[in-house]
Amino acid sequence: MSAPTKPMSELSERSNRLLTYFTSPGAWTTLAEHRERFPAPPVSRTPTPRLMDLVASAGLRGRGGAGFPTATKMRAVASGTRRAIVVANGSEGEPTSHKDATVMTHAPHLVLDGALLAAAAVGADEVIVGVVVHTGHSKEAIARAVKERYRAEPAAPRIRVVDVPSTYLAGEERALTHLLNGGRPIPTSGPRPFEKGVSGRPTLIQNVETLAHLALIHRGGAEKFRQTGTSEAPGTMLVTVSGSVGKPGVYEVSIGTLLSEVLRVAGGTPLGMAAVLLGGYSGTWLTPARADRVTLDHAGLASEGAILGCASIVVLPEGGCVIQETAAVMHWLAGQTAGQCGPCVHGLGAISIATSQLRSGRAGTGMLARLAHWSDDIEGRGACRYPDGAIRLLRSALRSFETDAKAHQAGAACAGASRASILPLPAVPRFA
Amino acid sequence: MSLRLRLRVDPIACTGHGICAELLPEMIYLDDWGYPIISDRPVPAGLTAMTKRTVTACPALALRLERQAAEARAGK
Repeated sequence: MSAPTKPMSELSERSNRLLTYFTSPGAWTTLAEHRERFPAPPVSRTPTPRLMDLVASAGLRGRGGAGFPTATKMRAVASGTRRAIVVANGSEGEPTSHKDATVMTHAPHLVLDGALLAAAAVGADEVIVGVVVHTGHSKEAIARAVKERYRAEPAAPRIRVVDVPSTYLAGEERALTHLLNGGRPIPTSGPRPFEKGVSGRPTLIQNVETLAHLALIHRGGAEKFRQTGTSEAPGTMLVTVSGSVGKPGVYEVSIGTLLSEVLRVAGGTPLGMAAVLLGGYSGTWLTPARADRVTLDHAGLASEGAILGCASIVVLPEGGCVIQETAAVMHWLAGQTAGQCGPCVHGLGAISIATSQLRSGRAGTGMLARLAHWSDDIEGRGACRYPDGAIRLLRSALRSFETDAKAHQAGAACAGASRASILPLPAVPRFA
Repeated sequence: MSLRLRLRVDPIACTGHGICAELLPEMIYLDDWGYPIISDRPVPAGLTAMTKRTVTACPALALRLERQAAEARAGK
């Protein structure tokens, strides 16, 4: 997947968008060029309420998945007694998302400006950027940008670039904190990072796209940022569109845009549409009818029982089978568990086997009821939200495509089930 | 402001011995894999002593009693 050559926005509204900043792949914006357009972030070793107020009035929400208000998180970190640390989270373990790699590769200085602004806001003297090594050129781009700053802007807080494994869970806040403290990238049940994170200090962990937006807010102001998006979730967001669309890639849209409009911009669905997977492997399957009417914003999707998540969109073409795809994902997710919590390890394992039997028509009566029962039992019982995300995906498949699920349970032949999955299921390191 | 007791399990520490469900079936039952599902309700006054015994009996030390203000955060 690559960044689109043409941003979606019209020229007049370009200045408060991320993608217009992007250069073509391979081209490089030097720090000097970047500084002609973006003022250097202030440096402060104590919290800067003015910056946190700016973020609050812009209404910036995290772009990593949960959509949590950034200012709230900042204030919690800044209220700690010890000096804070900022972590720019670029560990994009979700296989259907490529937007973090895109923003880091094409706008590393924007990400770093955002991280330094966040550092000044909470009074941090250290910034860590977590990057997955083998997603394209993102690490190279970030490392190069950091090096440039080291010489040109020596007063700014130190920025350290850290390799993060490409596992699904490594980007989870406590898993990432555990990794940065020298442990394995698996969640812990200890204190939350904003209280006691990296080196025991209050730690602000923000998605790299969120930080890039922060740099735009610092330059253009809160009002300008609010010109796009919804009143509850202002601004634009990056979406990764893949599967059966004309032009797969990373696009920037206003929050609140119709999903159908995004698909139109991404070249339409020439092979038809059996379903849409929204929000990746912790997201939800949408029927074509729902996909036609939903808007991409937190509140609108919540009312449809869906979530925005990392805002990835995968189109399953006509003839595809949601049960087959879900079985493949559940198998993959069962293999990605950190292996710590019984309900997750055993529950996802059992669900993986059950959905595989369902796919091939060998499940027998009662399997759908058992899957529903297991889902209820597992939800909320892990140390992190990982099992909950898997359950959300499973439920959406079994509820929104109930007819298909029942046909599979009854052992009916399914043309789609014999095909290979269209979803990316990368081989990634296991937590041995 | 009355303080109530809530029983919690650390799912990472829990290894599924299942002793808790034997000792305190009023509050705990086991899932299909032998791991405890704990009632989210405050511990009833009459069960306080037995709940404390159950907490200390856990071989993995995965159970804990949390004191919470009645109306305070209901989060996990």
